[in-house]
Amino acid sequence: MSWVPMTAADERAMLDVIGVETAEDLFAAIPAELRMQAWQAPPGMSEMAALDHVAGFAERNDPRPVCFLGGGYYDHFIPAAVDALAGRSEFYTAYTPYQPECSQGALQAIYEYQTAVCRLTEMEFSNASLYDGGTAVFEAATMAARVTGRRRVVVHDSVNPVYRRMLATHTANLDFDLAQGDDPAGAACVIVQNPSFLGAVHDYSALAERCHAAKALLVVSFYPISLGLMKTPGAMGADIAVAEGQCLGMPLGFGGPYLGIMATRKEYVRKMPGRIAGMTVDAAGRRGFVLTLQTREQHIRRDKAMSNICSNQALCALRALLYLSLLGKEGLRETAEACHAKAEYLKGRLHFAGMLNDGPTFNEFAVRLPRDAEDTVAAMLDRGFYAGLPLATLEAGGPQDLMIAVTEKRTRAQLDAFATALEEVSCS
Amino acid sequence: MQLIYEKCRGRRATRLDPLDVPAAALPEALRRARAAELPEVSELDVVRHFTHLSQRNAGVDDRFYPLGSCTMKYNPKAMETAAGHRGFTQLHPHLSSAAAYLPRCQGALALIHELEGLLAEIAGMHAASLQPIAGAHGELTGALMIAAYHRDHGNAHKKIILVPDSAHGTNPASAAMAGFRVVQIPSNAHGLIDMQRFGEAMTDEVAGIMLTCPNTHGLFEPDVARIAERAHARGALLYYDGANLNAIIGQCRPGDLGFDVMHYNLHKTFATPHGMGGPGSGPVGVGERLLPYLPGPRVVRRGDAYALEMPEKSIGRIAAFFGNFLIAVRAYAYIRTLGDEGLREISRAAVINANYIHARLKDVYKPAFDGRFMHECLFTAAPQAEKGVRALDIAKALLDCGFYAPTVYFPLTVKECLMIEPTETETKETLDAFCDAMIDIARRVDTDPESLRTAPHTTPVGRLDEVKAARELNCAHPPCG
Repeated sequence: MSWVPMTAADERAMLDVIGVETAEDLFAAIPAELRMQAWQAPPGMSEMAALDHVAGFAERNDPRPVCFLGGGYYDHFIPAAVDALAGRSEFYTAYTPYQPECSQGALQAIYEYQTAVCRLTEMEFSNASLYDGGTAVFEAATMAARVTGRRRVVVHDSVNPVYRRMLATHTANLDFDLAQGDDPAGAACVIVQNPSFLGAVHDYSALAERCHAAKALLVVSFYPISLGLMKTPGAMGADIAVAEGQCLGMPLGFGGPYLGIMATRKEYVRKMPGRIAGMTVDAAGRRGFVLTLQTREQHIRRDKAMSNICSNQALCALRALLYLSLLGKEGLRETAEACHAKAEYLKGRLHFAGMLNDGPTFNEFAVRLPRDAEDTVAAMLDRGFYAGLPLATLEAGGPQDLMIAVTEKRTRAQLDAFATALEEVSCS
Repeated sequence: MQLIYEKCRGRRATRLDPLDVPAAALPEALRRARAAELPEVSELDVVRHFTHLSQRNAGVDDRFYPLGSCTMKYNPKAMETAAGHRGFTQLHPHLSSAAAYLPRCQGALALIHELEGLLAEIAGMHAASLQPIAGAHGELTGALMIAAYHRDHGNAHKKIILVPDSAHGTNPASAAMAGFRVVQIPSNAHGLIDMQRFGEAMTDEVAGIMLTCPNTHGLFEPDVARIAERAHARGALLYYDGANLNAIIGQCRPGDLGFDVMHYNLHKTFATPHGMGGPGSGPVGVGERLLPYLPGPRVVRRGDAYALEMPEKSIGRIAAFFGNFLIAVRAYAYIRTLGDEGLREISRAAVINANYIHARLKDVYKPAFDGRFMHECLFTAAPQAEKGVRALDIAKALLDCGFYAPTVYFPLTVKECLMIEPTETETKETLDAFCDAMIDIARRVDTDPESLRTAPHTTPVGRLDEVKAARELNCAHPPCG
């Protein structure tokens, strides 16, 4: 099967216009000794057979267990209209809006997305998206280095260990000094996460003041849904706010595509990586949108650009905008409250486990079980649950430590059944 | 058209079930002071708003999109169906983080393993990794592997990456982001790498060379094997930018040409949708030298099961998990549907189409180079610009003819550049209609240049004031004071 519509007659007519005998003549520039001899490519198949074949892989995965896994990626409900509208091919088969006159749909959507991010975070400027939460932390670190002219990046214990590993990989050949803790002295930035990887909710306002006194930036990695309820990065005095936007209408999808969110204060917008849409007018005075501040970007500045990012996650940003538009002001608050209330309820049912958080949490918390966490989650599979993340697997806790996430999708009946099963499994 | 925020009337589009557990509250000091001012509209308001926005946007499904270097081919619908399976979309990525969960995601791990194998084979590489999230992220990954290789081999002095002046801006940006100094190699008058200048630049300090082949002039670099030989003799590694893989797939393979590392753009060569700018996917492939440095953890096969393993010298995690997995599913479905013959047909038809456009337009527009173009053809509108009609005007006039525009003003090496990439999925009738429009525009340069300078006339807005946008910087509503 192929999607090439060229008939034999077309080919002959076209080759005649080109003035060559065969299509092979068009590849004459490739030296003969470099032409491919053979490859092990499988034969093609019909659409019907291919869909069956790929479905076979899907069927060897198990999406049925009730999900209490989180760790930065959450099982939230996605309203049907998100798929219906993001699935309009005028959006998904377009590319970066280089020709704004026939890309106003994309550009206005990006502007509206940026607006949603600013209102959610109480920051002043958002870009059009980065790849995901982890790469957004890296981009924030290099942006802080540009702003401050410093190379020391302090990463707080609250930050997701997956992001910390990604940061180490990305900066391995830069002369960055990656430090742990929260001491801003001599640092480009201090990076914190709220809620922390283990679920703890903090107010980082005092740290923001300490950072600013030391002329360092505060980077806050946030959980978008939590901002339906929680104090915002902007209100705490953050200079750069970043997030994993998966929770805003992206399916879990085994790791992607997700959405990297980044917002900053006005004074730093020209140092921010990524595309930015801005409002303007045409000659007739009609409102329109364009990509702006492009001199920050790789296609103009090359090795002096703010980042190498070209393709971003625009369709995911559209999904986030659709999600936030459908939930709306009240719906986001309601969802955040439901996540929090249900998690609190479940906490109250887990008296047999030791709570590892001593302060407030949002929708995720860590417990110490009476037995090995990995054995426990294995046994919980038979009861129909993905029971959470054994923290030892990411070197984020001991062998009996388990992190449990609760979203608005979980019903009281599921929470009760989960608590009962976890008690039976881990106390037996 | 109004913004969604200008349509708010206190309505609701969604509602949760009443809370079935007791309400809980965070301490006051940890709560936000005011609710975020998100839209307050009905579901139908949202549906109408975004349907209208989509109608103000052009995609491959509604018109020819000859945007050079972007390979805007048709995105088959079956791949959307394939990736929409609940067994993929509902799969939590941390199922890969604990051994206890691995039996529940074997299908996903198997698909990753299969696709990495196919990509390696297609490009003559030893192995591939799906982790990089986009093409530029793949470049960065490749540059980081090159850095790790040299660190490991005691080549601390190798701090330079050579990049041709015709390269995509991402190449120098990625090399710089990986900590290298970038040295640019000029092109010669034929649009190829100037071999003498290359020889001069090829010092012991060079860690690697990033090449696009065919290059962004649409020309195959005939000296590619010599470049590889001379680079390797000096201990430098060769990087292949897969942006133009569509031109050579099934004809020759980067691995056989001598490349040590490359990235693939699944959203170009393998037909995954461009999504207004993303998500894309930029897997990396490596030859023998860089095999131990691939990002990890990697999916490996152990008997009948798939497991994860961190290569000994891995650069580590470049992505949180396995990159844009649902994009990879689409690419896998596409490759398996096409198979051996279908994959070869891609490059053959793409190259015929580009050469056909070149043949039809070469007497009306000045070709940028005299060589044989591969999958895209480049013209310079410099002669038209002398008459007061620039490449930008030609691009805008095409919008009025119902086409998207070619890439303009890239590569930077060609004055008033028009870069046309038709891809393999367009019919001869579409190419003819496009060429007819281009020829008519060339005629209007002499007869009615004003209509071109003021184009487009039929789009929802006319040319927009970019200076005002940058100066007054209104990037959210209401604008930040």
